[in-house]
Order: sequence, then structure tokens, then C-alpha cells
Amino acid sequence: MKQTSRILSTYSADAFGVASMLFELGGMVIIHDASGCNSTYTTHDEPRWFDMDSMLFVSAISELEAIMGDDNKLIEDIVTEAKRFHPRFIAIAGTPIPAMTGFDAESVAFQIENETGIPAFGFSTTGMKTYVSGASMALRAIVERFSIKEITPSGNRVLNIIGLTPLDFSTNGQCESLRELFEKNGWTVNATLAMNTTWESIENIGSASVNLVVSSTGRATAEYLKETFGTPYLEAVPYGSQLTGKILETLSLLADGKEAAIDFNDPETEDGCFIIGEEISSLSLAKALALETNRHFSVLCPTNDGPKLRSCDRYTPYEEDIDDALRGAGTVISDPIYRNVLTEKAAFIALPHEAYSGRIFRKDIPNLIGDISYIAEKL
Amino acid sequence: MLRKVNGHEVDIEPIKIRDCNFPSPFHAGLEFSSPARGTWNIAHQGMLIPEAHEIFVCAASCLRGVVLTAYEMRAEKRFSTVAVEEQNLVDGNMEELIVDGVSHIIDQLPQKPPCVLVYTSCVHHFCGCDLELVYRELRKKHPDIDFTDCYMNPIMRKSGRTPDQIMRSRFYSLLKPRPIQKGTVAFIGNDFSTAKDSTLYKALSEAGIRIYELTECKTYEEYQEMAAAEYYIADYPSAKAGGEDLQARLGGKLLYLPFTFSYEEIRKNVRELAFHVPIRLPDFDKEESLCEESLSKVKETIGQTPIAIDFAAFSRPLGLARLLLSHGFNVKRVYADSFTGEEKSDFDYLCQQEPDLEIWPTLDAQMRFASDRKASDYLCIGQKAAHFNTAPHFVNIVENGGLYGYQAITELCRLMLDAVENEKDIRTLIQKKAWGCESCI
Repeated sequence: MKQTSRILSTYSADAFGVASMLFELGGMVIIHDASGCNSTYTTHDEPRWFDMDSMLFVSAISELEAIMGDDNKLIEDIVTEAKRFHPRFIAIAGTPIPAMTGFDAESVAFQIENETGIPAFGFSTTGMKTYVSGASMALRAIVERFSIKEITPSGNRVLNIIGLTPLDFSTNGQCESLRELFEKNGWTVNATLAMNTTWESIENIGSASVNLVVSSTGRATAEYLKETFGTPYLEAVPYGSQLTGKILETLSLLADGKEAAIDFNDPETEDGCFIIGEEISSLSLAKALALETNRHFSVLCPTNDGPKLRSCDRYTPYEEDIDDALRGAGTVISDPIYRNVLTEKAAFIALPHEAYSGRIFRKDIPNLIGDISYIAEKL
Repeated sequence: MLRKVNGHEVDIEPIKIRDCNFPSPFHAGLEFSSPARGTWNIAHQGMLIPEAHEIFVCAASCLRGVVLTAYEMRAEKRFSTVAVEEQNLVDGNMEELIVDGVSHIIDQLPQKPPCVLVYTSCVHHFCGCDLELVYRELRKKHPDIDFTDCYMNPIMRKSGRTPDQIMRSRFYSLLKPRPIQKGTVAFIGNDFSTAKDSTLYKALSEAGIRIYELTECKTYEEYQEMAAAEYYIADYPSAKAGGEDLQARLGGKLLYLPFTFSYEEIRKNVRELAFHVPIRLPDFDKEESLCEESLSKVKETIGQTPIAIDFAAFSRPLGLARLLLSHGFNVKRVYADSFTGEEKSDFDYLCQQEPDLEIWPTLDAQMRFASDRKASDYLCIGQKAAHFNTAPHFVNIVENGGLYGYQAITELCRLMLDAVENEKDIRTLIQKKAWGCESCI
């Protein structure tokens, strides 16, 4: 039966995706939910919580406020704290109860902005979709609002890396490795959205000659930047040296205004060999492994039904889908939690994913940027 | 204290106890979540029932915290979920989703559990889900399994019983009536075992009284034996409601003997127990002088070291502040978002005698900036106080830690001395969920 999980976990939710994407940007993010519901995010999904004073709060909505549709208390509370803490922006993310009561996040944000003069956003997240949905809409909204429109794309090799949150890339140095990799290869990295980046890099985001989208959370923003500034983009993560080489080559062509793409299709996919995870990173890993190890994996993507998924891949939001797909599986690369539904015969390579298992395997998350030997050696 | 936030100076400040409203000193606005995770949640608590299987029926955002709780405590095989999706709210098929979802999971389990705890959430309350029908159907479909209703509905925290009170009452909802065994006692509503050398436990065991406690049960059958208890002892404030339910349903008698740091109240509680159960009264004067000795010894060692106490460590933070202040300790700060009615006399005392005592919230948005991450010289009692004061010298304890009576005072003194002598790794210790529970973190 769909919607049931006997033993598997659940992915981080849309409201937490909003919080994760905006965490480092100097704004005030309010999860509109009951008291304590923010602790799920701050415990399991946010490795920066202990060390960074990000203004992430919960509205602590009560039964009476929900039934009476009393948005005034929420507005007053936000305005009070905004005047005290001077955030760069305010973002409100909805959850199941506001979704049920028809909470109008955008109108509330509009009113708050009027009262404080601080840019405010209302995100109609429901707590029922994955983090990809929330992180996508949050990043796009920020870029739409704050990017300088009068800017012209640079003729030089200037790059934005889009779609970075700890949910997909943890805090184990992958973000830094990405920047280093491109700088070492002659690129100027403007923004790394949205980890370890400056506010100015967001304002100047239109100056890049090309964008690299490293997770599906960055796709909507890249599309916006293409529409607005004409900036081309490539969706891929530079896993392993050979795929990295192709990415560098493709980015250069795109920056030069040429048509270019990486073909992720693989006619040789092996039966029963799967990577389970987020769309772009899993496809990139499959490509990197095909290039470097001649092993050919299909992707099971539980996070989003992405357009890049190939005919051999499957969108698998439910345990039942995963169970079906993994019946008779030979080799599986995935978060360790999926091991619970594998037979002992299957070869398993653990690739922890913070958006799935939270902090449990955080210390075991590898940094595969530019080097996939950690996985390749296990095949 | 001043903190720089986005380039602006922000004053982070407590309320002096003399200026506090009782029982709620602070405005309830936006809330912060401290990284101190030692208190137990409803997923940990349900696992105390031996062999129980938990099934949570909620939206993904609500499921995430509890499913990862189960994994962190290595209880994932006893935990399953049914995800509520948007179409379920529109279609009005919530009852069907629960009955079919729970049944599907039960059919998939390698072994049928003797009991299943079905947790519904805020959305079920708001969509008018007919939970009576749900449980009736589940019991009809699975007559060999005991079901009980549990709730993850934090939105109801200001409506009647709190979620914590409800969960602690659900611990015993599966007990089936059986003949009362005269002279037996059950400690109820605690997340961890009552210390064997604590004042009440010791008196009971020395008198040969049979003592039941959920945390000591290894099998479901052993758990069911608790239904024979003649007296239910609750010492934690939010455990009392469950005791009242038990009294009404199974016919035993609730003895609410609240945890306290007051010698007078300890005497009263022990005498109350002795009135019902044939225990030998301890030598009160001797026990109290042992406490005094312990307190003096700690005082000699720590002198005027500033002390901070949080409400998650002990259910009577003001009572503890009073005890320590009246013995010359330098208690500067108490962290509590509100107080229980039981704390009123201590509150009044402190307002009169220690009017400058600082009362700090833990949830108020300003607390995001309360910790400057520079190690302080505070001796803290509790994880939250340790976090806010960046205090490597702290007593790592939550929810009274199984202590009680005079033993709670002497043991706390020992823990304070240990905390003064040995630094602790704040980050590692406080971020583990559920103090005392198994954890892979």
C-alpha cells in the first residue's frame, strides 16, 4: 500500500527545505507550526544549528489561533522580533495545519513587509512534500527579489554553483571542494547558493557566464536566471575526474555561447544495479561510475519526479516502490537506511544522505567532488 | 547582555524574579529551539512498553523527527509510518487511510506484536477524523492485538491535558484489569527507573513490598502484571493525570508524592506513603543531616561559583534554587519558560528573599543569541543551562533523573562535585536525544 513505511525513513520536508536554503543568508525564517515542531529540523536536518546564529524560529501556533484564523498574533510576533533583530529578509514557511486552514502565506508576508519595511516572503509549503520543493521555491524567490537586474553577464569564465544545502551536501567540505575545483581550473566562482556565499554574490548573480546546478533544489533558480539574464546552465555534480572533465568542457562551451550538454543516457544499464537518492547527484554519480568503472547504474529517485530521470530510472516516493525495484537487486548504492529492505545477497555501498538519515551517518558522508574512488573501490 | 545581530546591538535580558508574573513570566511569541535534546519524546516513551510496535500517521514533516528518533535509539524495527498527504485532507478518507495503512503494516511485520501504539496528529484533530471508528475497526480486524491511541498533536498544548501528560497516561492504557494484589506498588509515569537507593524505593524494598515499574518490564506479559498494583506512585508532575486514569479504570489508588527539594515536603510524602503501605519511616533527622553534610561539602568546594539551573533538569527548578541559595550557594540564573503551580511557595519565597534572581526563558526568540560560545565559569544544572552559558562544568541530567527524596539531594551534591572537577563535552552530550536512552549518536 502506498503511503506506508514498515521500516524506511522519510525525506526532509518542504518547510525544512526553505529553512535549509535560507539558513546562511541573514534572514529570519519562521516555520508556521506548533511549538516544538522546529526541533525536528534543528536536530536532524541542520548541522549548522549549534555553530551559527541563524534566525530560525517556530510560530508556535495554538489550536485556538488555528481555528479562529488568527493571523494577527503571528504578524505581531514576527514584526516585534524583526524590529529587534533587523533581519535582511523575512520568510514564512507553512506546514500541515496552516495548509488545512487555508493560511495565506503571501498575504501575511505582504502585510509584514508593509509594517516593517523588510522584504518578506510567504511560502505555501505544506509539510507533505520533500525538501526539494521548499528549497527550490525559497532560493528562486530570493534570487528573483534581490538580484540586480541591470547587470550584464560577464564575458569571462564566471560561474554560479546553485543548489547547495547540507541536506544534499552536508558540511563535510563538499561546498568548499566545489569552489576550489572550479577556481583551480580557471573559473571565478561568484555564488555558491546557498552555502558559504556572500550577499553580494546573490545581488551579482546575473554577472555569471554560466550556472552549474548541483541538485534539483537549484533548478528553478537556474531557469529563472536563464529567462532573466540569458545565463545558460548545466545540471551535474563534478563527481570523479572524467565527469569533471566533461563538466569543465561543457561549461566552457556554454559560457562561450555555444550549445553543449552532457548525455546522461546509458544504454548499458545493468539489471539490479541502483543508486538511490536525489535526482542530479544520483545521475551524476551514475555517469561518473560508467565513465570510470564501466559499471552502469539506474537511479531510484524518491525526492522528486525530475525531468532528467532516464527511461531506466524510476521515481520512487514510497517504500512499496523501493521494495518492488529492489527485489532481486544486485548492487545498491544508497543511504544505509535502505539496507533494511535489501536481501543479504545484494552488494551494498553506503552513501549517507543527510536529507534522509539526518545526522545518524553524518560522519560517514564522503566527499566525492572530483574523486569517486571511495565508491569505485567498493565495486 | 549585549549581542551583535546583523550589525545591530541587541540586548538579551532576563527578568528578575521580583518582576516575574507567575506562572508565565514571558510573552509567548516566536520560539527558538535549543540544541539541548536530552528530554524524551513520545516515540522514545512508547518504546518503554515491551514488545510494542509504534505506527505514526502524520505528514512527512511530522514523521521525520520521530522516525529518526526510532533509528537513533536503534528501535527502527518497532516503528512504522503512514504518511498523510494532501489528497487525504481533501478526500475525507482519513479513517480509511489509518485502518488500511496500519493493517497493511501489521501484515508486513515479520512477527505480530502483542500491542500497537497508533499515533495520530494535529491534522486528524482538525479534520474531525472519527478515531473511535478507527480503533473499533482495527480491534475488529486484529483481535489478537491490543491497540491504544497515542497523539502527536503539539498544537493542543494549551487545550486541556498537555501532550506530555497524555503520553505518560498512554503508558498504562493497555493494562488489562486483573485482581489487585494487596500491598503492591507501581511507580508510574517516569521515563527511567526510580533509583533503588532513592528514599521511597528504598523504604518500600526494605519492607519487602512488591514494586512494579514500566522501565523494568522486559516482556509484554510482565508489563501486564503491573495492573495488579494496589498503589500507583507518581512523582513527576505530568505523570499525575495518568495515575488518575489508572485509579478510575483499574481500581488501585493514586499516591501523588511530588518530587521536591523541601525537607518538610519529603517528610510529608514519606508519611503519606507510610499511611497506606507498611513501610518503616526513615530516621528523618539523620537523613536531613546527611543532606546538610553533603551540601556543606559541595559549598566548601565550589564557594561562590555562579550557578544556573534549568527546568528540564528538575521539575522543581525554583525549589532547587531555594535549597541552594538558603545554603549560601551563588545561584544566579534559573531557566524556565513557565512554572508549575507546585512551585508557588518557592516562587514567593525567592521573590522575598532573593529578588534579584534572574529568570531566563529557553524558548523566547532572543535565546538564539544567548550563548556567546565562550566557555563560562558557571556551574550548570541541566543541559539547557549548560548550552546557554557554554558551561563545560555541568550536571548532565533531565526529568529528575530517577532521583527522589533525600537521595536526590545527596546524589545531586555528588554530581555537582563531579561537574566541578570534570569538564564535559557540551556539544556531544546535550545533542543526544533522550538522556539515559540508547543512542547511536
